[in-house]
Amino acid sequence: MDWGSILSNTLSYLLSPVTIAYALAATGLAVHFGYAGLLNFGMAGFMALGGYGYAISVLSFGIPWWIGMIVGLLAAAIFALILGIPTLRLRADYLAIVTIAAAEIVRLLFTTQVFDRWTNSADGLGGYHDDFRSANPFPPGQYGWGPWTFNETGLWVRMFGLAMLALAILLVWSLMRSPWGRVLKGIREDEDAVRSLGKNVFAYKMQALVVGGAIGAMGGIVYVLPSAVVPSSYTTALTFFLWTILLLGGAATVFGPTLGAAIFWVVLAFLGNLLPDLAAAGILPMSSIQAGTLRYILVGVALMVLVIFRPQGILGDKREMTFVK
Amino acid sequence: MMFLSTPGAYASAPDTPGGDQEETDFYFGGIITFEDEPVPDATVTVSGGGFEAETITDAEGRWRLYVPEKDVYTLEVVEDTLPEGVIVEGENPQEVEFGLTGSKIINLFLGEGERVTQSFFDQLMIRLINGLNFGLLLALAAMGASLIYGTTGLSNFSHGEMVTWGALMALVLTSFWALPFWLGIIIAVVMGGVLGLALDAGLWRPLRRRGLGVVQLMIVSIGLSLALRYTFQYFIGGATYQLPGASPAPIQFGPISLSYIDLISMGVSVVVILGVAYFLLGTRIGKATRAISDNPQLASASGINVDRVVRIVWILAGVLAALSGILWAYFRPGVKWDMGTQMLLLIFAAITLGGLGTAFGALLGSLIVGLVVEVSTLWIPSDLKYAGALVVLILILLVRPQGLLGRKERLG
Repeated sequence: MDWGSILSNTLSYLLSPVTIAYALAATGLAVHFGYAGLLNFGMAGFMALGGYGYAISVLSFGIPWWIGMIVGLLAAAIFALILGIPTLRLRADYLAIVTIAAAEIVRLLFTTQVFDRWTNSADGLGGYHDDFRSANPFPPGQYGWGPWTFNETGLWVRMFGLAMLALAILLVWSLMRSPWGRVLKGIREDEDAVRSLGKNVFAYKMQALVVGGAIGAMGGIVYVLPSAVVPSSYTTALTFFLWTILLLGGAATVFGPTLGAAIFWVVLAFLGNLLPDLAAAGILPMSSIQAGTLRYILVGVALMVLVIFRPQGILGDKREMTFVK
Repeated sequence: MMFLSTPGAYASAPDTPGGDQEETDFYFGGIITFEDEPVPDATVTVSGGGFEAETITDAEGRWRLYVPEKDVYTLEVVEDTLPEGVIVEGENPQEVEFGLTGSKIINLFLGEGERVTQSFFDQLMIRLINGLNFGLLLALAAMGASLIYGTTGLSNFSHGEMVTWGALMALVLTSFWALPFWLGIIIAVVMGGVLGLALDAGLWRPLRRRGLGVVQLMIVSIGLSLALRYTFQYFIGGATYQLPGASPAPIQFGPISLSYIDLISMGVSVVVILGVAYFLLGTRIGKATRAISDNPQLASASGINVDRVVRIVWILAGVLAALSGILWAYFRPGVKWDMGTQMLLLIFAAITLGGLGTAFGALLGSLIVGLVVEVSTLWIPSDLKYAGALVVLILILLVRPQGLLGRKERLG
């Protein structure tokens, strides 16, 4: 077994665009679930709208990359409004079912042949990178050291992603210590109490849904920056992985989602490299493909164990999670 | 100036492609073939920018249409002029435009299709029967999920995996271990009940004892769904397997062709649904189940053993889900590790439509979902048919959030 390459592959995930994208999406989910108590199981749909909104704007309409990104965020915001109007007045589990259904509708719309001209259906979109990469401030060359060695494009994608993540964290942090955030947390704890204080609970929830959805869409954009948009990545499994990340790091925390994403991807990459090697070396009695599947079984088990024994996550405070009932 | 052809003026093809028109600098041309054979005497029309022209393919399937300007035009192959049972695959009419040169070649390869051989009414009947079949098998799974929701408050995201489990057990027992077919199916259905019992005894009852809230339970069921789903993939991989006798000879009933499997599937579903209805309405346990759905505290206080009833509900739900999975494996057709996941949202759509927690609402909701999924393919492409059912779900929540059979109460 080549421990050097296992370690190097694993550590490279700390700064991979996927990790940053998941951290962003999980931060958005923290606004929804951790701070507003909204059971959004449609984060994959928000990410898909972000990614496709960006790619289609650039490819079909030739819009500059940064306006394309804004289009992606707007698409997610509109999606949040459409979702929120029928469901935010209903019981929490209705929102869960409607959001997961809406995310599937979004995925099916991007997969279908009908809009092939814009979405390229099941094959997805690629080749929208030129404009973004031409804005790269880093001159060509190799940067970094060890497992974190990138060319100028890799560095630009990661730096941009990290900047967006920092911005999102700053936004969530400042929002949640503002009066707006306190009302939101109040709604999470006891909706009727806040309503009796004369606050428009529906409007606050809607604003939270839009803000979190836009952050999730930013995650979707960073997710597609390195290579391509493929509709099959936006299945419900993506949403469930984000929930695992959120609950791992701490749902009602500012840094929890980022920590959760880093741990999730490092552990997943470590197992993804280690288990097939163990199987190939005859230590695990299974094929390499089975060894690769094993880690996803462990994700599911980890999610169950987390919710049962430590619902507040690594960084969370148990008293902040009393709303989960 | 411009050669405007009158429809039907040309009974035969021009001697050379495009020879029936005034030549200009720009033309569209191509060959129409069907199964590698040229299609003669097919009418091709082009229109756009006020210009219209049509021509007929020659013996080699060749055609050419001159247009006055380099612009975007609409090209259509008139389907009535094609041989019977042949349709244009892809877009027809389609938008065509020139590249860098003054000519554009559009070769069309036609496919065999049902579009011209079946009337709308016949198609509707076929879709209705298919939708009924699918709705009935969906109802089996949805009624179980609805009973679980009613008695424990759990939106069970792992219900899809309980469906897969049944199909998987049937596959292992009848195909891999080659047991007699009827015995394999019976054991597979029993194993569904065993899974339900095991999940309740090993996971859900201890968690209820711990006092976990419904949201926590729901997320636990998501974790369980992931773990089970990938465990299935671990054992059977990503391939699709067929159960024995999966593609039987169809029997014709007028325009509708059904296989005996479809008939058995619908028969079994109806009998089992009637059985569940009798259980709920006619037996003491069934009445206790409905009492718990109405008000768990009151039911418990009046001497109903809630834990025992919930256990029976889990076993029943497991049996129903397994049966539904086997029937679905024949309907799709095929057994795959994530087949249940595809059904999960339709189960949720059905129980929400009918009214969360009412078993008969789930039945009604399932039939509606099944019919919407199949009948909607008359108007929308079949790769969007599941989206149609989910849109219906969201629309119903807008106007009647308690569902069709749910009691009106404050849901906010």
